[in-house]
Amino acid sequence: MKSGDCAPVFAEIGKSPDSREIALGCAILEAESSVGRWAHAAPFVSASNPHRLPSKIAKEDEHLLVAAAKKGDTSAFEELVSRYEKKIFRVTMNITRNQQDAEDAMQDAFLKAYAHLKDFSGDSRFYTWLVRIAANEALMRLRKRRPNVVSLDEPVDGEEDLLPREVEDWGPSPLDRFAQTEMRGILENAIDALAPDFRTVFVLRDIEELSTEETAKALNISVPAVKSRLLRARLKLREKLDRYFRQGGQN
Amino acid sequence: MNCRVVITQISNYLDGELSPALRHELEQHLGECKECELVVSQTKLTVELYCDAEIVDLPEDVKNRLHQALRSKLPSGPHS
Repeated sequence: MKSGDCAPVFAEIGKSPDSREIALGCAILEAESSVGRWAHAAPFVSASNPHRLPSKIAKEDEHLLVAAAKKGDTSAFEELVSRYEKKIFRVTMNITRNQQDAEDAMQDAFLKAYAHLKDFSGDSRFYTWLVRIAANEALMRLRKRRPNVVSLDEPVDGEEDLLPREVEDWGPSPLDRFAQTEMRGILENAIDALAPDFRTVFVLRDIEELSTEETAKALNISVPAVKSRLLRARLKLREKLDRYFRQGGQN
Repeated sequence: MNCRVVITQISNYLDGELSPALRHELEQHLGECKECELVVSQTKLTVELYCDAEIVDLPEDVKNRLHQALRSKLPSGPHS
């Protein structure tokens, strides 16, 4: 293993590597390429195996970074930040749907994570712990902006009929019918229009792939509430996408 | 099993959380009911689309401000 292989990691965090850091940096690079391969090999959710698990290699080297950060190694913490910043911004952005709020929530989430690293016991995934902090920062901002809309702590399961009306075939796969940017716009419009309490559960469960229990813990709601909101979120999103995807419809 | 039960069990079905007996009953219904079959497959596709789509990018300026904030607000550790 040549130290030159790891140069980008240290160039990025602006530190000069010693041998311990080189080994850590190389482990990170290897872990990242492994995660990429895994994700590519299993891109879809299936009924039998709905949740992709994080790479074991990523889990193995992560505790080294966390342990170093706990001892005050800010460069190790910055490496953890670099690894998760994109995902954490996705969480705060998908919950707030407002870029300024999402940025503030992300910054505060990472600062709080560093300040409370000693409380991270290692029983859960570091990422899950981070998402929990980020989701709460995002929700706090969402509540400030739209105080009457977000009520995650109250029941929202109305008696409305979940049975879809006028079900129509979507025809050829929407992936083949819409360009990538167009598809992205459609998905954004649909998730924007989802009520925040449904959206938040959908984001954590289906986009960030937290378990039902992890989501319940992160949002401080019950497991049945997570399940009920996830069902409604999925059905509502299907209904919103239906307007775009039903055969012949390009609205 | 009727359509109403199928709809309320979609999430459990997609997440693989139904008992084998219920799962069999539900799949039997899907084989006979085109509408429910469509709703289940479209809901599954909806989840897959969001799972795979990168609908949020981290803009470069947002990323830079994050690292600036960390550098200015985090204490200097023993390795810094």
